[in-house]
Amino acid sequence: MDDLLSDFVTETNENLAELDVALVKLERNPGDVATLSLIFRLVHTVKGTCGFLGLARLEKVAHAGENVLGKVRDGLMVATAETVGVVLQGLDRLKEIVNGLAATGAEPVGDDSALIAALNALAEGRTPVKAAPAPAPTAKPTPAPRPVEAKPVAKPATAIVPAVAAPVVAKPPAVEAAPEAAAGNQTIRVGVDVLENLMTLVSELVLTRNQLLQLARSNEATAFTTPLQRLSHITSDLQEGVMKTRMQPIGNAWNKLPRLVRDLSHELNKTIELVMSGAETELDRQVLELIKDPLTHMVRNSGDHGLETPAERRAAGKSETGHINLNAYHEGGHIIIEIADDGRGLALDAIRAKALSRGLATEAELLAMPEQQIARFIFHPGFSTAAAVTAVSGRGVGMDVVKTNIEKIGGTVELKTVEGQGTSFTIKIPLTLAIVSALIVEAGGERFAIPQLSVVELVRASSEPGSETVIERINGTPVLRLRDRLLPLVSLNGLLRLTAAETAEGASGAAETYIVVVAVGATTLGIIVDRVFDTEEIVVKPVAPIMRHITMFSGNTILGDGAVIMILDPNGIARATGIEAAGGARNQTKAPAEASTDAARVPMLLFRAGDATPKAVPLGLVARLENFPRDRIESGAGNLMVQYRGRLMPLIAMPGIGQSDASQPVLVFVENDRAMGLMVDEIVDVIEDRLEIELCHGDPGLLGTAVIAGHATDVIDTGYWVTRAWADWFTKTTDGSAGKRRPRLLLIEDNNFFRQMMTPTLSAAGYDITAVDSGARALQLRDAGTKFDVIISDVEMPEMNGIDFVRLVRSSGAWSQLPLIALSGMVSPEAIEEARNAGFTDYVGKSDRDALMQSLRQCLAQPVTA
Amino acid sequence: MSQQLALAPAGQDSSAVDGRDNAHVLVTLMVGDQLCGVPVLSVRDVLGPQKITRIPLTPPEIAGSLNLRGRIVTAVDLRVRLDLPPPPADLKRMSVVTEISGELYALLVDSVAEVLSPPQSSFEPNPPTLPKVWARYSSGIYRLADRLLVVLDVTRLLALKPEQA
Repeated sequence: MDDLLSDFVTETNENLAELDVALVKLERNPGDVATLSLIFRLVHTVKGTCGFLGLARLEKVAHAGENVLGKVRDGLMVATAETVGVVLQGLDRLKEIVNGLAATGAEPVGDDSALIAALNALAEGRTPVKAAPAPAPTAKPTPAPRPVEAKPVAKPATAIVPAVAAPVVAKPPAVEAAPEAAAGNQTIRVGVDVLENLMTLVSELVLTRNQLLQLARSNEATAFTTPLQRLSHITSDLQEGVMKTRMQPIGNAWNKLPRLVRDLSHELNKTIELVMSGAETELDRQVLELIKDPLTHMVRNSGDHGLETPAERRAAGKSETGHINLNAYHEGGHIIIEIADDGRGLALDAIRAKALSRGLATEAELLAMPEQQIARFIFHPGFSTAAAVTAVSGRGVGMDVVKTNIEKIGGTVELKTVEGQGTSFTIKIPLTLAIVSALIVEAGGERFAIPQLSVVELVRASSEPGSETVIERINGTPVLRLRDRLLPLVSLNGLLRLTAAETAEGASGAAETYIVVVAVGATTLGIIVDRVFDTEEIVVKPVAPIMRHITMFSGNTILGDGAVIMILDPNGIARATGIEAAGGARNQTKAPAEASTDAARVPMLLFRAGDATPKAVPLGLVARLENFPRDRIESGAGNLMVQYRGRLMPLIAMPGIGQSDASQPVLVFVENDRAMGLMVDEIVDVIEDRLEIELCHGDPGLLGTAVIAGHATDVIDTGYWVTRAWADWFTKTTDGSAGKRRPRLLLIEDNNFFRQMMTPTLSAAGYDITAVDSGARALQLRDAGTKFDVIISDVEMPEMNGIDFVRLVRSSGAWSQLPLIALSGMVSPEAIEEARNAGFTDYVGKSDRDALMQSLRQCLAQPVTA
Repeated sequence: MSQQLALAPAGQDSSAVDGRDNAHVLVTLMVGDQLCGVPVLSVRDVLGPQKITRIPLTPPEIAGSLNLRGRIVTAVDLRVRLDLPPPPADLKRMSVVTEISGELYALLVDSVAEVLSPPQSSFEPNPPTLPKVWARYSSGIYRLADRLLVVLDVTRLLALKPEQA
């Protein structure tokens, strides 16, 4: 395909992409004059160049589109969703034709009459003001690097005849890379391969410079030293400059997203707003290509699964429009991209269930897992909890591919989700792939490079007990105790099978070993090596195709001394040793929890508490398993408690449990918004078995003894233990109408002492209390519109006494139907009579606390009209 | 130390042979006791003994990688490829460098001899008695005056299947 056409294809594709974004913008804001002019200009340019080149099909479609847009520009039509939709269809058709043109060198054959008719129908119905859509001379200043402006303006309109082969004759030479004179635009078009070549050459220059520097280091100052320094500086600058040519704004990867979101919102009948910030953040072209697809996928997911329908959002009290926020910025040597939505968040229960049914974790493991770790199961291959596979997503092939692609380029994906509020992903990728800092290590007599970005720290471990960093063995697997963490360890020697003898591992126990601690996603692991050298800037070269399948290498490079070494990929290493990025090392021997098919078999949690007999509780009753450090357990009023999830949770100890360990295992039971913890000695296992209680002892904490997993096991009486923490665990705390809300109570009492004494008492009883010191102030609240569920009022008060107050309230106003309780120091039949007549619902003596509570409960049990 | 020979122009995929005239000009080399030849236009460089870095977890045919003027070259051990016993420890082996699809490969051989153009009349297709492993990589045989010259097919030599690591 000749240069003219290929330039045309490139440029038209760019224009069409820009049109996409602009049209979506216009649809959102039909009055946006600037966008409208831009659109019209772009379509006009496209049409013009099509005609100039004799591309009839393209010209006709563009012409029809321009008609419609012309009407909009002149204010004869409004850019409604329907209008924009049809114009977008026209754009898609243009894209199709241009792609066909790029592939074959000629316009593909096709029929656009239906589309053109639709566009014309839109445009018609009005007086056709313009006879011929001749390009107004003003609309031509698009700075195109082609000498189209040289042609007489009228030519495009008349060059419709396809017989005009290629008006190449009049084309001035040197179309490619010709710096144009128009509009002072100082840009140049350069082929991508030219830049690639440049990059390769510069990389080799860097390597050679490194070699020279190495040689110079070993010799004394010679005549070579100064020029070499200078050369080194220039090379660094050159390297920086060429890297800059590869940098592109991330907006380039984002430009397809507005259109995507628009189509998505129409398809799913949701209102979605996409907010993009940081589009000008630059990153390497290569990296950009690799993250385009993952980003698109995640935005799709947010729109499809994350955001709710307008009706659902309204019901949840959210704005009808769902938001997807994209944010990009630089940090350290990375670019951070955040994708957040304010939708329904991930359904953690569904994920738990799916993880269980796929055998990815046992019940006990799931119970002990923090929420963010459970959320990470979505990165597992084939994992999709979407009930239905829609055309958009749900096939379960998405998120694991996204994670793999991002990790392939040395990046990480983190995820945060809150049910009901939304989900956000954070992607962190290195700014460039070509030249990285790497730590050079040696193992088995060979040297390797580990990318500096993954390295967290270097540790020298000895097997002397008592040193801070010791290599220990658990079941024969080495682990490193580093400060207060346990790190899984892997020997590079063993992993790469470098030395024939496996005794190399045993030998390392005696001497000191070096461990490189690397971070892989959210996990850290330690790589045992023989020696550590220094950090060098290396040029990453891809491995030969025959070795591409070896996941432990991410490339190879040439060091300053000319040696070729392999670059290790920490992700590949972690995968190879079975350390999933989703969590710590998994014990391979644990069998997945079987789905319970036998109705009589119940999953039971086994634990030890106080004596040797195993104890059991039905797993379904247990909300979570926790392990509290003993110093977090606090004591108040003779009871033990712990701060848990922002509230105080009472702890009850099973009789006879030990107090010596540093941490206390606890079974957490939860009901509504109440939680209690049962302290035990040790959590043993989860077993499924029939629950048949045979012996009953009359021990209040136990239901009896059953045979579970072949052993006599005491089954605890959960009800007994939870009521020891909360006496009213099983009684309903609130009435139906108020739901979980604490009833609002107004206390009117002029005596300061009594008022201040009653307030915390009533609050502890579960009421939301407001206290005022006079009837007048209470009435002010009423007139300000404050609402309550019940009012307690003193009778003997200065200025306005209780009787007058209640009369006033009952006569009119917002509170006339509320229950009002009289509180008085005097309890006599006459006083009660007077109060009742005046309108009080009930009468209680000030000293009778119980009667007051009783009365409140009764009053609130009646349905209230507020 | 590398000995330069002619002459594939840089950047060109030299395994493509242009001009049938040169098709039978061969660089001869010894692998084990057998005289072999590869088309001269496939050869970019002939190298003397090199420092070759082992690559872990690769199949035995891959001897490792070496540095050729700043480019990384994958070395393939022809003795292993052709199922021959390992060479004597003191033998300093040479390499013939070829390029396929932009990647450089070094064929590790015992020694490299001269360039020959045997007459076409002496060319014969593989005899049925040729051992299987040779037949796989040979594109024919030249009957020389005193011995046989096996023509090696470079593309097939380098068609290494990635094994599951």
